[in-house]
Amino acid sequence: MSLVFAGVCSHAPGITGRPHLAEPSVRDEFYRQFYRMGEQMRATKPDAVIVIAAEHFANFFMNNMPAYAIGMADAYEGPIEDPKWLGIERRKIPGNAGLSQRLIREVMQTVDVSYAEEWKFDHGIMVPLNFLTPEYDLDVIPVNINCQGPPLTPLHRARAFGEALRRACDSVPERIALVGTGGISHWPATPDSGKVNEAWDSAFMQRWCSNDMDSMLSYSDEATYSEAGQGGFEIRTFITVAAAARGKGDVLHCKPIPIFAVSCTAATMSVE
Amino acid sequence: MSLYAVQKFFYDANRSAEIQQCYREGGSGRDKLISEYGLTGEEREAILKGDIGKLFVLGCNGQLLMHFAGLLGVPWTDYLEAMREGVRKYGPVRAGIYAMTTATDEKVAGV
Repeated sequence: MSLVFAGVCSHAPGITGRPHLAEPSVRDEFYRQFYRMGEQMRATKPDAVIVIAAEHFANFFMNNMPAYAIGMADAYEGPIEDPKWLGIERRKIPGNAGLSQRLIREVMQTVDVSYAEEWKFDHGIMVPLNFLTPEYDLDVIPVNINCQGPPLTPLHRARAFGEALRRACDSVPERIALVGTGGISHWPATPDSGKVNEAWDSAFMQRWCSNDMDSMLSYSDEATYSEAGQGGFEIRTFITVAAAARGKGDVLHCKPIPIFAVSCTAATMSVE
Repeated sequence: MSLYAVQKFFYDANRSAEIQQCYREGGSGRDKLISEYGLTGEEREAILKGDIGKLFVLGCNGQLLMHFAGLLGVPWTDYLEAMREGVRKYGPVRAGIYAMTTATDEKVAGV
């Protein structure tokens, strides 16, 4: 049928792995909004959700690093991390190889995407699913944009990828939800973990909400690295979602929780 | 310097319960495992000793290093402190994109 839902959210592993170290009221308010995003997504009755995550060397490494990859299997498993460390039990997650293949064929008309018939989900996908589909009862199509090992795909290609995904979603009879995960500013897994550039995050989310594509594409990786850390490279997933949805955004939550290492974000975008 | 090889070991270990088990058991099995990665002496020693601080300074991507810390049984707060200690002991991060921008006595998230 088409794209029926679009949104973006954080995926930091501390969100589920270190909840006891966060201020309970602050943490619980974020959780509430994250679950609310999931309720809004499920209310659109999607047949599958495409999760565009910036994964972290769970499946892709510098020996053969695709700029873009889409999963094409009937089932996946995750988390690849120690379940106790992440606070999420290991399980099988349903996929839909046939739907993936049809989407991939259409995306390939304009973007040379890799496909993968094996995919171990890491926190980039598992943390969002924990809140968005807590019953793990919705087919998931994993997507990766390399935001870890430079050279990274240019931002304007992330937009092109979003446009290709939209065209692909519109070409299939199924109802598709699309969620980008990652960002915004953060310095993950370093001694700087917990550092957040709140003003930078706020400015980026304003641009995202108004779908000001020129403005979102104006960031250079050098400036992002300096002002928003290596985690800031993950704005690619947000840009892809905005390019696919073409609508306006609504921020449900975007406040720093340092022990979770990010401005904890949940936002939706109208599909237009 | 073969940062790629160090990180390849972490990538493989993260994906394989057998490699994790082999590393934990130590001994000649672990030596043989590590010898297959083409590491420098400094890198080999850092992996065998579980020297998180040295591995951070060598430029290991934190997204890989944090799972090696997990394999070593190092809790999150100790992992962060080990990286700070590495910078105090061995100097600034030498390669990669996971440099340190805060001071070694700064605890941004309070841990």
